[in-house]
Amino acid sequence: MRLKRIKGIKFGLLSPKEIRKMSASKIITPDTYGEDGFPIELGLVNQRIGVIDPGLRCKTCGGRMGECPGHFGHIELAAPIIHVGYAKMIYRILAATCRRCGKVLLGEEARVKFLDGIEQQKEKQADVGYVVKQVFKEAAKNDVCPFCDEIQKRIKYDKPTGYIEIDKEDKERRLMPTDVRERLEKIPDDDIPLFGMDPKNARPEWMIITVLPVPPVTARPSITLESGQRSEDDLTHKLVDIIRINQRFMENRDAGAPQLIIEDLWELLQYHISTYFNNEIPSIPPARHRSGRPLKTMTQRLKGKEGRFRGSLSGKRVNFSARTVISPDPEIEIDEVGVPKDIAKELTINVNVTERNLEAIRETLKRGSKHPGANYVRRSDDKKVKVTETNYELLAEELGVGWKVERHLQDGDIVLFNRQPSLHRLSIMAHYVRVMPGRTFRLNPTVCPPYNADYDGDEMNMHVLQTEEARAEAKILMAVKRNIMSPRFGRPIIGGIHDYITGLFILTWGEKRFEKEKAQDMLHRINIHDLGEPAGTFESSSGIQVPYWTGKQLFGRILPKQMELQFRGVVCGKCIERGEKCKKENCPREAYVVIKEGNLVCGVIDEMAIGSFKGKIIEQIFRLYGEDEAKKFINDFARLAINCIKQSGFSFGISDEDIPKEGKAQIREEAVYAAEHKVEELIRAYDAEELEALPGRSLEETLELLIMQELGRARDDAGDIAERYLGIENAAVLMAKSGARGSMLNLTQMAACVGQQSVRGERINRGYQGRTLPHFKSGDRRAEAHGFVRASFKDGLTATEYFLHAVGGREALVDTAVRTSQSGYFQRRLINALQDLEVKNDGTVRETRGTVVQFKYGDDGVDPSKSECGKVVDIDEIISDVIEVDVGS
Amino acid sequence: MEIKTAAEELKKSGVDEEIVELIKEEFISVALATEIEEQLEMQVGQPYVDDIILMFGREVESEELNLGRIGREVNKIKVPVKIKNELRQKLRVVKTKLSKEKLDAILAAVEQKYEEAQVEPREAVGIVAAQSIGEPGTQMTMRTFHYAGVGAIYITLGLPRIIEIVDARKKLSTPTMKVKLVSEFASERNKAEKIAMEIEETHIRDIAKVKAAIEDMSVWIVLNAKELKRRYIMSEEVEQTIQDIGTALLVEVVGGGKLRIHVKDKSYHDLLRLEAKVSTTLVKGIGGIKRALVRRDPSGEYVLYTEGSALKKVLKVDGVDSGRTTTNNINEISDVLGIEAARNAIIEEMAGTLDEQGLDVDPRHITLIADTMTMDGEVKQIGRHGIAGEKASVLSRAAFEVTVDNLLEAAIHGETDALKGVTENVIVGQPIKLGTGAIELRARK
Repeated sequence: MRLKRIKGIKFGLLSPKEIRKMSASKIITPDTYGEDGFPIELGLVNQRIGVIDPGLRCKTCGGRMGECPGHFGHIELAAPIIHVGYAKMIYRILAATCRRCGKVLLGEEARVKFLDGIEQQKEKQADVGYVVKQVFKEAAKNDVCPFCDEIQKRIKYDKPTGYIEIDKEDKERRLMPTDVRERLEKIPDDDIPLFGMDPKNARPEWMIITVLPVPPVTARPSITLESGQRSEDDLTHKLVDIIRINQRFMENRDAGAPQLIIEDLWELLQYHISTYFNNEIPSIPPARHRSGRPLKTMTQRLKGKEGRFRGSLSGKRVNFSARTVISPDPEIEIDEVGVPKDIAKELTINVNVTERNLEAIRETLKRGSKHPGANYVRRSDDKKVKVTETNYELLAEELGVGWKVERHLQDGDIVLFNRQPSLHRLSIMAHYVRVMPGRTFRLNPTVCPPYNADYDGDEMNMHVLQTEEARAEAKILMAVKRNIMSPRFGRPIIGGIHDYITGLFILTWGEKRFEKEKAQDMLHRINIHDLGEPAGTFESSSGIQVPYWTGKQLFGRILPKQMELQFRGVVCGKCIERGEKCKKENCPREAYVVIKEGNLVCGVIDEMAIGSFKGKIIEQIFRLYGEDEAKKFINDFARLAINCIKQSGFSFGISDEDIPKEGKAQIREEAVYAAEHKVEELIRAYDAEELEALPGRSLEETLELLIMQELGRARDDAGDIAERYLGIENAAVLMAKSGARGSMLNLTQMAACVGQQSVRGERINRGYQGRTLPHFKSGDRRAEAHGFVRASFKDGLTATEYFLHAVGGREALVDTAVRTSQSGYFQRRLINALQDLEVKNDGTVRETRGTVVQFKYGDDGVDPSKSECGKVVDIDEIISDVIEVDVGS
Repeated sequence: MEIKTAAEELKKSGVDEEIVELIKEEFISVALATEIEEQLEMQVGQPYVDDIILMFGREVESEELNLGRIGREVNKIKVPVKIKNELRQKLRVVKTKLSKEKLDAILAAVEQKYEEAQVEPREAVGIVAAQSIGEPGTQMTMRTFHYAGVGAIYITLGLPRIIEIVDARKKLSTPTMKVKLVSEFASERNKAEKIAMEIEETHIRDIAKVKAAIEDMSVWIVLNAKELKRRYIMSEEVEQTIQDIGTALLVEVVGGGKLRIHVKDKSYHDLLRLEAKVSTTLVKGIGGIKRALVRRDPSGEYVLYTEGSALKKVLKVDGVDSGRTTTNNINEISDVLGIEAARNAIIEEMAGTLDEQGLDVDPRHITLIADTMTMDGEVKQIGRHGIAGEKASVLSRAAFEVTVDNLLEAAIHGETDALKGVTENVIVGQPIKLGTGAIELRARK
């Protein structure tokens, strides 16, 4: 079936005539339900304007609850009322039109000019607001009508809904809505476009309400409390108020009440109708519920994050979804998700029974509601039957072609998996289901980076796709393997983290020897059966020559056969930047990785090779061999890493932060004390006025700057000394150097020296009487007094150090809190501004109006996720490929 | 082009006359061609060689691959100029190993790679760009201030800076300029310093003590000779400036660097006002440039960094290299240099800020944002008062911000929402006309 498509939605003002025409019922009674418990005729919960009670039928369309969408009713107002939303517009129009003939106060020439201007803007589908503003400005200047020579009076806008006419003698006269309406009615149709309005859709006088449309009850349903009492919607409450005052107004007027009373009631009616539209008008008190809570009226329903637009129309709650905590499972594939059985039994997939799948589905149905079973069947007569303990066998027997079965989620089904905040498209990817025992979603740790997930209690959502098209799209566009490359920077975002990097680092660092059995253990669950030639033999204790394989060799096994690649790892000492020559293959850090013919010739595997965001090897495989091969590689190295780290074991504890006594002394003397002495020296120089100010700085700033530099260096020095004593065998050093987790700074702070604390990039200077804490003397500039923490976390901080550390820590805390809200709004704005841009078939980038934003996307039409780190074509590689191939042949 | 005029052109661009004469020859042998090319290459630089050869309309008839030939072949393939240039560079290195077949193979491969990297039509590049800039936003610092160089000028960085750029703010929190100088001034510190003083705001209070004396109802100005010298200001200039403050003022030069302004028939209040006015009067420099510091670039040239920005005026200063001087105020660039310059400035500033934070974002995303902001010929904000507020769709605007006002406006204007964008179709529950939603599939009969 082809669905009809809405072509467009036209906006306009409802004329009183239209409101009456679309009304299904006049509303007169301010009550809802009668004593019999049924809705009152001509009341606010009228059976003609929709039904919300089960069992009743709509008197207009005959539909039952849920079928009848509801119909509008109307209230005939005793007197016209200004629409608050248009009060300002009405004021502008009043000021711009003649009080007698109603024409716009513009000469013929100006009139035509502005009309043209508006026409042009409309043609461009652009905003007419600017031209209209000019019209109002120009017209309001004229105090004599160019057409009927009537002398105009000044109009004053009395917020929110009043208008006062002031004549030359400064005498004021209040314009009642009736007067206003009369004036607006006089404006000829030809002048109306000058206000940016279209007389067919919006006559100015329609901004004055004479007939109030009443929304259907379905839009303001009442709820029945447990006590059996009915509680009406806020809108209904407001409408009750309006009808009551409206009636009183009518009664008083008919009874010939004095003008003062009538005006008071008019004002009151205006108030109720104003707050019915918007209960947050500045300058008037909001209408309140009996309990004192301000009522939620029209505007409040629409606006804001939880309002109709953002809360119910742009974002909706959905069925066929599940949410639970995630936990890691390195044994499943990267594009799988482990789904708890309980969830799999709840979420279903609709299948049409055909001749081809009849038997398979019958088998499913035969299991009833036991796991790979079904929950509902829809028989060929379109009757929906729940699968129960009692009827499943019968249903399985009856099952025939043309039935529809809502079967449980099974292994291999494709689902969408998502973690909020969904900051980029990789926050929602398609995974294949793996039904498992337990209560958590299981996720391969290599896919954590795109979701930015960890397992400290994170929850994720899963959505089961319901149509074949959706499943096809998910598989082709959203599958994990399709999204290994980030569209942000064109490098892999899926890759090894933490232990995967550690594992492979340990495996490939130096020359690790594995005898056959061990080597095979390493390749456990990786589909490789050929170990290749052993690297050599060693003599066992019993004197036999035992062949062995190296860790580098084993890693080479999982690489594609023909692969060639060279790069520098994160362990690289940046020799070139320091002006030295890169030792390449002879690098003492093994930072230079060379892969030849699918073998790891030299170098150690670290974050640069397989880590997420960096992953050179993953990138190369993805580009040359495709997504399937890349996926396989990630799976393989993950298993290899786990197998390796499982064998050797890897842990980090408090004793790993131990530094020998002489090391501690060295840190104290060479780093901490030395720096503190230098700081004191600086202070002395400052006091003696020997310090030279840096250009553009005051003397005091210079001193602070130099002290900061000195103390910053102290911590780095301490870290360097600590590193020397700890060595690469230390778990934390290994993790930091290989890029698995943490940094040398973290370790420095734990083991050697925490260093200077700062607030807003300066030393901590807050406090009273020129000191940070009462422990120090006033005006003390020494390191210690301004937040230099000489202890390490392991040694423990002194009381003052602890306090000043907390002062610095607070800034970081506040920073994160502010940043999340700011960047959230920033992204929302960006998305809103750019969401409609699209590459057209001709390669241009355009927005919805068809305006060209770029003639060629990014000036060269290249997709960032397909370019190699921003570089489109790797010319070196092509050249060397072509030249070498020919040399070979 | 006429060979004669072309030859003139060549001479002008600094090519030896000898070579030009050679090119003018009727017949060019292969050996000669190679010779000419090599000479040209040395003198003009690689990218122009082909143009020059082509300019003369000479085709060297030979199977042999020389640089010109390679260049021409490279020119034929359909890839951006940037790639072509790189390709030419790299092919030169391996020139000797090339044959026609190999060259063709390389060119074909390059072309194919480029082709493969093209975006798919109907790709929702806007959303991807927005996400690519927005997502790293969570990782950026909020720390507003940072130093440029050692102890110099504060500049806003990180998320606040990015937001500032996207907001197209007129008033920046930390406007700054990087003023490059023409070579004559850029090589010597003293000369650069002089220009810095030319630019930097100098108020009278910076070079003199200003004091109002009640006893004789006058304002005394005591000039600081050291400062005057440092800022290259003559005391006569100061006198003139003070004289220019008001015609009714009587300025007396007392001597010894002292000036006295007589105030007649005025109140004490007026005296104080005059004192304040005199001390804040600009003697020298450009209003808005609070400080100008001279720094040496890694390249060895002296550059001025300023606090405050006034591009238009700074560009007019003698010795300032107007081609390389920039400000971080995008609106100023737009006003002074035009919208294309503003676009480039947005790209530069954004890329610079992201780079400083160590975040990797493909330049194409940034370019798209810059182009969206500048496509109408003026710099527009990303948000309610700019792009998002001027969208064609009522529903999209309503769903973004100021929901009700947008709906009310739409009603009186009788707007029609054509439901072409993303939000609108989400709202009415229809497939979105982007990406796979843009095409329809029909079963083949």
